[in-house]
Amino acid sequence: MSYDDLIKEYESKLPGRLIEDFRKQAEEFNLSKQDAKKVLQALEKKYIESKINPGEAIGIITAESFGEPGTQMTLRTFHLAGVAEANITLGLPRLIEIFDARKDISTPTMEIYLKKDVKTDEKTLDKIISKIKEIKLEEVLKEISINIIKLHIELSLNKSRLSDLDLTEEQVFKTIKSSFKNCEVMNNDGVITLKPKAKEVTLSVVYSLKEKVKSTPVKGIQGITQVLPVKRKDGELLLMSSGSNLSKVLEIEEVDATRTMTNDLFEIAKIFGIEAARQAIINEASKVIQDQALDIDERHIMFISDAMTTTGVIKGITRSGISGEKESVLARASFETPVVHLVNASLVGEVDYLNSVIENVLLNQPVPLGTGLPDLITHMREK
Amino acid sequence: MVDVYLDEKFVGTVDNPKEFVKTVINERRNGRLPSCINIEYDKDYNEVYIHTKTGRARRPLIIVDNGVSRLTPELKEMVEKGKIGWKDLVNDHIIEYLDANEEENAYVALNEKKLTKEHTHLEISPVAMLGLLSSLVPYANFGQSSRLNRGSKTQKQSLGIYATNFHLRMDTDVSILHYPQKPMVKSFMHDVIRYDKHPAGQNVTVAVMSFDGYNMEDGIILNKGSVERGLARSTYFRPYGAEEIRYQGGLVDEIGIPDKEVKGYREENDYRFLEEDGIVYPEAQVNQEDVIIGKTSPPRFLGEIEEFSIAANTRRESSVVVKQGNKGVVDMVVVTENGEGNKLVQIRLRDQRVPEIGDKFASRHGQKGVIGMIVPQADMPFTASGIVPDLIFSPHSVPSRMTINYLIEVLAGKVGALAGRQIDGTTFSAEAESDLRKMLLELGFRENGTEMMYNGVTGEAFEAKIFVGNTYYMKLKHMVANKMHARSSGRIQLLTRQPIEGRSKGGGLRLGEMEKDCFIAHGASLLLKERFDSDKVKIPICEKCGMLAIRDNIKGTESCSRCGANIEVSTIEMSYAFKLLLDELKAIGINPTLSLKNKF
Repeated sequence: MSYDDLIKEYESKLPGRLIEDFRKQAEEFNLSKQDAKKVLQALEKKYIESKINPGEAIGIITAESFGEPGTQMTLRTFHLAGVAEANITLGLPRLIEIFDARKDISTPTMEIYLKKDVKTDEKTLDKIISKIKEIKLEEVLKEISINIIKLHIELSLNKSRLSDLDLTEEQVFKTIKSSFKNCEVMNNDGVITLKPKAKEVTLSVVYSLKEKVKSTPVKGIQGITQVLPVKRKDGELLLMSSGSNLSKVLEIEEVDATRTMTNDLFEIAKIFGIEAARQAIINEASKVIQDQALDIDERHIMFISDAMTTTGVIKGITRSGISGEKESVLARASFETPVVHLVNASLVGEVDYLNSVIENVLLNQPVPLGTGLPDLITHMREK
Repeated sequence: MVDVYLDEKFVGTVDNPKEFVKTVINERRNGRLPSCINIEYDKDYNEVYIHTKTGRARRPLIIVDNGVSRLTPELKEMVEKGKIGWKDLVNDHIIEYLDANEEENAYVALNEKKLTKEHTHLEISPVAMLGLLSSLVPYANFGQSSRLNRGSKTQKQSLGIYATNFHLRMDTDVSILHYPQKPMVKSFMHDVIRYDKHPAGQNVTVAVMSFDGYNMEDGIILNKGSVERGLARSTYFRPYGAEEIRYQGGLVDEIGIPDKEVKGYREENDYRFLEEDGIVYPEAQVNQEDVIIGKTSPPRFLGEIEEFSIAANTRRESSVVVKQGNKGVVDMVVVTENGEGNKLVQIRLRDQRVPEIGDKFASRHGQKGVIGMIVPQADMPFTASGIVPDLIFSPHSVPSRMTINYLIEVLAGKVGALAGRQIDGTTFSAEAESDLRKMLLELGFRENGTEMMYNGVTGEAFEAKIFVGNTYYMKLKHMVANKMHARSSGRIQLLTRQPIEGRSKGGGLRLGEMEKDCFIAHGASLLLKERFDSDKVKIPICEKCGMLAIRDNIKGTESCSRCGANIEVSTIEMSYAFKLLLDELKAIGINPTLSLKNKF
């Protein structure tokens, strides 16, 4: 049976997705025309009922929906003793990070999926990991020491480790040479020596140089300090990394670019666009909320995510983000840095039309919400 | 090669760190190195740290060699006989002090039985892990550690006898418990600090059950009979004082009944308690706002002397009155001189505090609660043998907090009360629960401490057997009489015209930021406005320029300081705080104007 004429009637009254759902269900149960009409009528009624009423303070309700359970969140991040898994910021600190749209997050991580046809035996995995993970000089060292008499650093490389990582002594020597231009770098039969070129060389200078040398990157993708293979519940193997560099990781051919994800919102916005970033905010925030076993309606998260991304770039809920772009001078001034806002407003002669909540609280006027929203309009009787 | 740091400074390297650390420790134990140094080898960082500086917390432990304690039975005997003391043990390297770092390398046995070859040290006693206050908690090894913290913290707030010369002292905000008792269940620390000489609580009979919901959420129920017999009764002391201060120009304050001509003179009735010298008589029953020390001060500024006045009424009234919400009996009057030779009067008020709904009580296990109801003795539940509990404690307070030591104390207290002796509840070495059960059975009670109980109101037997026993309860210094507060209207701040803050000044209760959000979320716009009407003002605004206009109510004229006399003025209702904001903006060089528009 076709319901096209019925659907046409309701097309303007109901959202497309509801109509699609209705069509599927109606066809499955083979509803009669009469019943279908009844269903649609009920659907319309429900739809109208579930809409938010005019004058509902959705902003405050959203804020309270996060704020109240937020007080119960633990500030604790779980450290599992003995497990080498990376610790990820969770709970309130992470939520603040997301909503403030912080540029450097405290624990950037990636979930790197491999293409379905890539073998997952230990050897290939090690090879992929060695391509991704940033290797520091420290890890390929056999020995490093300070020669106190000559005041220089002597180091020798671990050859078997080098071959494991597809590196040669020559390559490492070159990277050291190029990253320490202010030192004399020499290679005497496998012992590399570094001597600072400064006129006065003290022990403490050499000592701090030693620490610097140890952390020189020699291979891998910059910023990714750790990569671990993790088995998902369905048996698929994926790589978890600490440190994030989406664009470089996607270039690796074994990586499945369609599923690989990072928790760095700005990277997502840069590479996949703002719609993806909007969804990423929702996902990341929901992850925190689920992890803390809280129950916050997804619509609240969507609302915040929408507010943060409508301009096309991610803007945090801070004075430099969306809170600083409110229309009303008084509202901005009552949030943070009041003098700056008031002075700047006076320079251009801004007018506050008192359309929003805080300004009216400030003036002790009824706020234009709930019972304060409707006004009585009467026509004066003509004389 | 391992780096060695001396007081956080790199000093060199060693090849065999473990051997090096061992040598240093041995040298220290041989007395060739000072005993104040501590050394640690950190395996994770592969570094050796030596610390010599002040400010490290260190604790004593007995040294163990190859699984044998250096404190031999012979030495123990000598210590017991008093032949050698602590200093000798430390000097002879029987006991050494470890800091937090060296402790990381140590393997400490809790007691001698557990010693193995791997152990490096032996705990002097397991209770040495606890401090003074936490060792006052009985059976602490049966409780959660966080509850132990809370239990020791609440003991500091308990009322007792804080000083035996309290009747001679002028302390602020102190109380004395009327009939303090030594605890039925004690620990070794109670003997050490002679707790029996200054106890801070009472042994009460507790029934663990609910009672009409008045003891839910940490409420407790007291027996009115017990309260009338003096349970948890205390006296609250508060001092007041006045001084004859000398001012510039030979002017002085004067203590005495103020002249009627004095500026700010109260009603004659207010001075009724004063004797001729202007000080209340002892044992006077005074209430709030009553004058207890009459005093006058010279005028603040010399310009204050008005043209048509005689000399006397230029002085100000500055008597000391009983603070709001306080009452009491004048307990002691002291007239003396202070360091500068000024006359000083101090008065101490005494107020009896009978327990009332809202007073805070606590046991020693971090189980604190507030009185939810005081029930007449006739309505209290009673046991088959006719025992009526003093206090009813809710069983819901136990499972989530895991304070098993509370339950054991109830049991131990019951045994102690029946056997007529104090029970030793020292952590780790207390009388065992199984022994307590046996003793209780021998004393003719059910070994698990439960008893048949009857509803005091209906006389019906309860289906469940109720756990009854004795526990030490402390009255804490937080009493409602010092805290409750409400106001309708009252004093306002001069600057903002909003109600003043604080209970002592009779201030208002603030409807804060988050409460405001609640009103908004409910859409209760007009109710919110009404709440914030405390500083409502009507202000005339010039319709032409939008600045504040001037309305002269005597002449009936309206004018604007900018546009002159013939202008339209509208009266706008706003909060005074906003008017203040407008003024402050003008002060920083911003001219805010209001453009008016008819709403309708």
